[in-house]
Amino acid sequence: MNLWRRHRAWLYPALFLFPGVVVFATIIVASAFESLWVSLHSWDGMGPMSWVGLANFRELLDDPQFYTSLKNNLIWVLMFLLAPALGLAIALAANQTLRGMRLVKSLFFVPLVLAPAAVGVIFVWFYDPSFGLLAKLCALAGATPPALLSDERLVTFAVVAAALWPQVAFCMILFLAGLGNIDESVLSAARVDGARGWRLLVHIVLPQLSQVNFLAVAVSVIGALRSFDIIAVMTQGGPFGSSATLAYQMYEQSIFSYRFGYGAAIATVLFAGVAVFIAWYLHRLLRDEKA
Amino acid sequence: MYPRPIPESQPLKRRLYMAVLGLALLIWLLPLVAVTMTSFRSTQDIMSGNYWGWPVAPTLVGNYLQVFAQTPMARFFLNSLLITIPSVLLVLVLSTLNGFVLARYRFRGATLLFAMFVGGNFLPHQILMIPVRDLMVKAGLYDTFYALILFHVAFQTGFATLFMRNFIASLPGELFDAARAEGVSPPRVLWYIVVPLLRPALAALAVLTFTFIWNDYFWAVVLTQSDSVKPVTAGLANLKGEWISAWNVVAAATMIAAIPPVTMFFLMQRHFIAGLTAGAVKG
Repeated sequence: MNLWRRHRAWLYPALFLFPGVVVFATIIVASAFESLWVSLHSWDGMGPMSWVGLANFRELLDDPQFYTSLKNNLIWVLMFLLAPALGLAIALAANQTLRGMRLVKSLFFVPLVLAPAAVGVIFVWFYDPSFGLLAKLCALAGATPPALLSDERLVTFAVVAAALWPQVAFCMILFLAGLGNIDESVLSAARVDGARGWRLLVHIVLPQLSQVNFLAVAVSVIGALRSFDIIAVMTQGGPFGSSATLAYQMYEQSIFSYRFGYGAAIATVLFAGVAVFIAWYLHRLLRDEKA
Repeated sequence: MYPRPIPESQPLKRRLYMAVLGLALLIWLLPLVAVTMTSFRSTQDIMSGNYWGWPVAPTLVGNYLQVFAQTPMARFFLNSLLITIPSVLLVLVLSTLNGFVLARYRFRGATLLFAMFVGGNFLPHQILMIPVRDLMVKAGLYDTFYALILFHVAFQTGFATLFMRNFIASLPGELFDAARAEGVSPPRVLWYIVVPLLRPALAALAVLTFTFIWNDYFWAVVLTQSDSVKPVTAGLANLKGEWISAWNVVAAATMIAAIPPVTMFFLMQRHFIAGLTAGAVKG
């Protein structure tokens, strides 16, 4: 009892932190490190692991699928950078306070709360070359409907377009929140000085939204790199791996080919890419904390 | 405000604005509108190729009844609830405890701990996949609700801790000073002072984590196998393969999977948006 009394000043917070830290450290943090370890082994997921050093990574350099996945990840990231731009455009268009606007805004948000798996199912049907809406629209225009999801050159763009739908909604929410927090005095001062339209947006409004800009870009890039669900549902990486990203290739190598070491190596490469953005995000977050 | 509000004195302009915006909204939601309509189409419509026109012989509940009668969708739906609800509750408890300590105590390693929670939240799931799956297999939890609950609780605690810490840090410090002066013990401070003030934060976190966990597909396929455990997202993906030409049935199943998060969103919209944009605007 005496011991408790003497130490309770730090025992209470330690006790409070204990469950959360243990769960997070063992399941999330330790797993990430363990994957790095597994990537240096050859492992079928059941038997013993055997050390192979960097062989998995060397094999990766000779694997054409790796380059396809890498290229697709790049397409994902570049196309996902449209999300902040489109999100800002819709937010600007919808930032009015007329009656009914609240409902209109929330309807714009709806794609965000749908499961990516559900979005995938919806778009597969939308893209269907025989009866999808896209085919119907092409027929109206007198064009042959493209078989988007079975065309190796187009498939990734088609999948990313579907994934952009909820991502744009996400960015729109961020920008609407940002626009609602703009310093009115700066804005009206600029208006008095004769700033209008585009110039007002670029020189006065956007600089005030720097926090939102950063967040929208960061979540879009990280989202693009992590994309998995929608690819799995729409194409399973096909045709012939042409729409696989690193995340999907990793899953396929591990779960279907039982090459857990190789899968872990792919995950490690993906992790290295994401880590740059995580570091950037944390750096900004902690810097803002100190300020 | 930017852009400049459309003044009341221009009713014509206002109406025109609403009309254009309404049209844009309709195009924006076209995929969703089409799925909703198709979930009410009869097989007769589907057979005659009427996927996009007005339903000729609409059936209000027919497809939904078929989903419940002929597919395990009801089971998947129940599974999703059994996974999501306990996970959300546990995340709320853990993140409140973490957030309280990180916001109110200064100690060595606090920043590192905080960075760990935030950074971990952005990890690609694939870097966790093999060890987590292995852990669940070894613990005998693979293909049970516990595997998914445990993982989701761990992962969501990262984001939730960030959110809670910031919320608790924004509460007036005098409250805590007064409590300390009175000699109130930390558990009582937490329970009687902090938790009652946390209601908006708890609501925001509850609706956000509910959506995240309900919508998860990756962990559902990595950690489960049997229909008796599989959540609705993984079930829907299977259904899409099995009912390949019965789009009206797949559409109804999609609606069933989408309804809980969409309902949650509309019921708790304010909290949802506040939670999602907490990092975007500094209060």
